[in-house]
Parts: sequence; structure tokens; C-alpha cells
Amino acid sequence: MARVSRGTLYDKVWDRHAVTELPTGQTQLFVGLHLIHEVTSPQAFGMLRERDLDVAYPERTHATVDHIVPTADQSRPYGDDAAEQMMRELEENVRDSGIQFDHPDTGNQGIVHVIGPEQGITQPGMTIVCGDSHTSTHGAFGALAFGIGTSQIRDVLATGTVAMEKQKVRKIEVTKQLGPGVTAKDVVLTIIRRLGVEGGVGYVYEYAGEAIESLGMEGRMSICNMSIEGGARAGYVNPDETTYEWLRETDAFKDDPEKFEKLKPYWESVRSDEDAEYDDVVTIDGSEIEPTVTWGTTPGQGIGISESVPDPEELPADKQDTARRAQEHMRVSPGETMSGYEIDVAFLGSCTNARLPDLRAGAAIVKDREVSPDVRALVVPGSQRVQQAAEEEGLADVFREAGFEWRNAGCSMCLGMNDDQLEGDEASASSSNRNFVGRQGSKDGRTVLMSPEMVAAAAITGEVTDVRELEEVVVQ
Amino acid sequence: MSSSDDGPADTIESVSGTGIPVRGNDIDTDQIIPARFMKVVTFDGLGEFAFFDQRFTGEDNEKDHPFNEERFQGANVLVVNSNFGCGSSREHAPQALQRWGIDAVVGESFAEIFAGNCLALGIPTVTASTEEIGALQAYVEEHPEGTISVDVERELVVYGSGDDETAINADVADAQHKALVEGVWDTTALMRANENSVCETADSLPYMQSDD
Ligand code: SF4
Repeated sequence: MARVSRGTLYDKVWDRHAVTELPTGQTQLFVGLHLIHEVTSPQAFGMLRERDLDVAYPERTHATVDHIVPTADQSRPYGDDAAEQMMRELEENVRDSGIQFDHPDTGNQGIVHVIGPEQGITQPGMTIVCGDSHTSTHGAFGALAFGIGTSQIRDVLATGTVAMEKQKVRKIEVTKQLGPGVTAKDVVLTIIRRLGVEGGVGYVYEYAGEAIESLGMEGRMSICNMSIEGGARAGYVNPDETTYEWLRETDAFKDDPEKFEKLKPYWESVRSDEDAEYDDVVTIDGSEIEPTVTWGTTPGQGIGISESVPDPEELPADKQDTARRAQEHMRVSPGETMSGYEIDVAFLGSCTNARLPDLRAGAAIVKDREVSPDVRALVVPGSQRVQQAAEEEGLADVFREAGFEWRNAGCSMCLGMNDDQLEGDEASASSSNRNFVGRQGSKDGRTVLMSPEMVAAAAITGEVTDVRELEEVVVQ
Repeated sequence: MSSSDDGPADTIESVSGTGIPVRGNDIDTDQIIPARFMKVVTFDGLGEFAFFDQRFTGEDNEKDHPFNEERFQGANVLVVNSNFGCGSSREHAPQALQRWGIDAVVGESFAEIFAGNCLALGIPTVTASTEEIGALQAYVEEHPEGTISVDVERELVVYGSGDDETAINADVADAQHKALVEGVWDTTALMRANENSVCETADSLPYMQSDD
């Protein structure tokens, strides 16, 4: 069906950045910000060299290193040769092309989806791309942000543009207020569960409604971050005062209020119109959401903490097979709740949930408590700045005293490309975004996705725990 | 500003060869190429790691997987089920498949980024109904040597011979159809030609002006 949306932020930002229509029917879009990291960019730079092309807009390009950096010992050369080689390749490429690089030596390094927003280079009304599917995170600022493949990275490096097909827009309205102990993570797990991991294919998600608008920027980022887990390449929240307040304090604007005032009218102008039309509208009652965890091996296989694991027989025909395999892998059975599921590892990190408020929330729960003796618990801040701020606030001490390892910034156990991996069939309570088989570094590893608060609670009790009941569990 | 490699890409009107079925919905890119094999700066050599964890146990013993089976070695048409290629946007996934030998993928549905990444490599991703895919997978299992022809231009997948020849209507997304059939899937070349319009668009953006 032809798309009908009109007057949405997506339509407006798209139109402002459309260069021309290509013979393929795709639109050539100008890219306002191209973020790069060590894993997906080296091949693209290689393709550029093969063709003897230069980077067209180095000043619109920004690099960091996140996936392969060790989070314990970061001295060079890295212990892992392959990681060291990727790092060198990136160092060389950014130097040759004159691209700003948030090297670990700068104190600005971190996960690509954490550093863009914290430095204010992520802005409303921008097109933002990165060779990483969680680029959707930046949509929290009212940017049009999506992940691209290596060939598209080559396109962006060489031309400052990307070829895209226009998507439909689905408005997801989360009404009312969230209950106590319920977070943005629970909202997005609920959305994906409701609409399916494929539900967003062909769509961009606009998140709206009271529950979303009352979130801070970090919560909005957690939600936009996982748009891709629901099949949508991009998701966004219309910029508002919360957004502008955040931006005002960033490097980009704190010493340049004039620039802020100059851009604000543009940011205002890209907000979806009151009478905007959408291809689809979905409403979810925010007050009914409870702390949510996954029972399976896709992010769509989630349940409220008090609900039971579903019987595959009762699922739609095309979901049964995947559900059966997932239950076998996770060793869960229909009818039981996830509450009490034993864990071996607690991972508080990733671009979904490793920003300062996430760490504060986790620390508040573990304060004056002890990590269960059977659990290996680690906190991996999303960026060096988050790390530093958390150390200054005393959060690092709280975590250490409780028995957590306090690590340096990076992707870490979100995907196990460095030394931080699950071993054997270990089960992890993870604040990350993917529970695919093998995702955390061991193909038999088991991942249960949840909010940072719930990860903290699980670390203490050694099992998946309703954070709202933690007090009783510990006191007994 | 022209360079020798910047010419139009090849046209890909059809792909034919033998098939290989990989069954299951929601097969994500972590399964197609586990993240630990992404620690490379070129894509060369990725082929042997396609589906690695599905093919080998922790002790490197072979498991049952079509990619291990002798009769499917040499196949170039991969037949899959729904939401194939979901998860991470890594282009390493289609690169690994291509380097293993896959030239076309037929399935019930594909994750969008995965399909886009395939297109950039000139690999068609065409779709058909659950029943038709099921029948095709059964056919491939019974006839590993049978030829499958993926006709991108006419949007057909043809297999079997003589009276048993079956042709199914396969959907090819419009942009993909045009790109492959007209040989315009090399977007770098296409877009470099519009440099002036790119500058105009860039200059009209408020955030570009405020950076001057
Ligand atoms: S934290 Fe995880 S999801 Fe986020 S960019 Fe790193 S690997 Fe990807």
C-alpha cells in the first residue's frame, strides 16, 4: 500500500535532505552526521582507496572506538592482535582523512550512540547514519537516524549522501504514566512484544504520548535504540523542551548560546504537525506495563515479570517453531514465570542502558547490599565521560563495594567482541538489547534482557527478580 | 572527478544454479556470521565462517547443517524462511554468504538492512509465500543437483524439469528490481554524479550554515 504519512517529522526532515531521485526510484539523501567506528568502517575506507576517492565531508564525520576496546587493561598494543589491528586501521584512516576521532586518550571515547548525544553533535532535524543498527538511538533528539551497511558507508564517505527508500510512519502512543519500578526499557520491550520483531519492517516509528514525553533524554534514547529490534530502522521522539535543555548543556552549545538560538526555530519547525497524518497509529496504555524481561532468544519474546512463559502451541503458527527452540535453549517451560530464573552474570552496560541515570538507578539498588556469591557482575559505562561522572559522584564505589567489577567504556559483553564474554551455558541478566543465541560471546550462553534496575536486583539475589519486591527478598 | 572504476555496475537479470536450504524463521546475522569473526579489516576469507556456530560444536566437531553437507557444496541459491538476516546491520553477513558461494537468496521475507546489504553486493533477495518456499526447500533437499533459476527481471523462480517444472511468482522489491536489471546497484557512482545538487541541499540546511 502506498504510504500516506504527511506533516510528520520524518516527512519534513526527509524533504529537507532530499537531493534528487535516483534511477532506482530511491532518494539520494544528504547526511548531516556520519558516525564511524572500528568494525564496519575499515572495509569502506578500503573500497574508497580502491577507487581513488577522498572523503567528501570529513567535517561531518566523527569517529570513536567501541566494539573491540578492552574494558579492563587498555594499554597498547592491545592483548588481542585482531583488535589492535582494527584500532590501528581506524587511527590511520581518520588521520589520513582529517576526521575527528574520540580516541581513548581524549577522555571522550565511548559507545558511538552515547558520545554523539553527550557532545551535542546529535541534533534535531539532522540526518544521522552509522554502520551500526542501533543508530536509531539518535532519533530520541528528533533526528532521522538509521543504521547502514558497509557499501552505504562507502557511499556516505565518498559523496556525503545515502540512497534510501522512503518508509511509512507509525505513531506509537504510550499513554498515561509508568508505574513505580517501570522504565523506558520495559516500555520498548513491551512495544516489540506487542508489534513483533518484524512489525516495524518498512516503517519508521514515532514515539509519543504522555509516558514517552515525561521521560528524560536517556529514557527516550533507550526506546529509540531498540526500534531496530522491532524491525524499524529508525524511531524518533519529537524534540521538546527536554531535548533543548539537554542540548543547551552540551559542548556544541554551552559556549555558543547564539548558535543555540539560531537553530532552535529549525528544531521547532521539524516537529510533527498537530494534524500530521500517519500510515498507522498504535496506542499502548503505559500504566499497564510492568517490569519486563525476555524468556527467549529474540527481543520480541518478552513477558511482564508476573506473567508466565507462553505455550508455543498457543502462539501464531509462524512463531511456534522459533519459540520452541528458544525455550529449549533458555531451558524455560510454558507456565512458569521468569522470576527466580538463576543467573551467573549480571551485565550493566551497552548503548541501550549505560548512561548516567542508568548507573544511578542501578547503584541505588545495590547500595549497602552484596552481589550474590554465585554471580559475576560488571558495570561498563557507555562512555569515558559517563565513567568519570559516575566516579565523581561515588557511584563507582557503590558498585565496587557491592562486588561489581567497574570497567572502562565500550560495548563489552553486549556482543562479546572483546574479552568480556559469557562462558559455556552461563545465563546473564543484561541491560543490553539483544538476546540472540551466541550474542554475548558463547553459543550456549543464555541472555535475559531487562532494565538496569532489574539487572542490579538480579545481581544481588542471583536470580531474575521483580525489582519492586527486592526489599522483601533481602530482608526476608 | 571520474575514476576508472566508477562506471555502471553489471546488470543482474537472473541467477541460476543449485540450491541449498537453511530452514528456520528469524535467523539473525549473529547466526550467519558470529561477531567474533568480524574482527577483520577486509572481508576476504569470511566464507568459511558462514553459519559457523550452527555448523560446529565448541570442540570444532561438525554438526548437522546444510552448509556442511557434501551434496550442497557448490550451491549458489540459498532458500530460507521468514525474517532472514534480522539483527545487526553487519555487511559481514551477506559478504560471508557471497564468499561461501551464494549468488541469490529466496525466502519468505528478509530483514530490511540485510536485503539492502545484499543489493549492494548484487545479491538478489526475492520472496515467495510460505507454502511455495516450503515446496522449494523440499525440492532442493530431494534434488540437490536440480537447477533453480531466479529470474529477477520477470520475478519468477523456476525449478524442476519436464512435466515437473514449477514456476513460482517471486516478489522483487521495485528499487531492487530496477537496480539489478538496469545495473545501477553501484550507488556510489550514481550519486557522485550529482555533486552540485548535493552542495545546494547542504547549503540550504540551517545547521550547515551555523557551522560556517
Ligand atoms: S553496545 Fe551493543 S548494540 Fe550498542 S553499539 Fe555496542 S555492540 Fe552495538
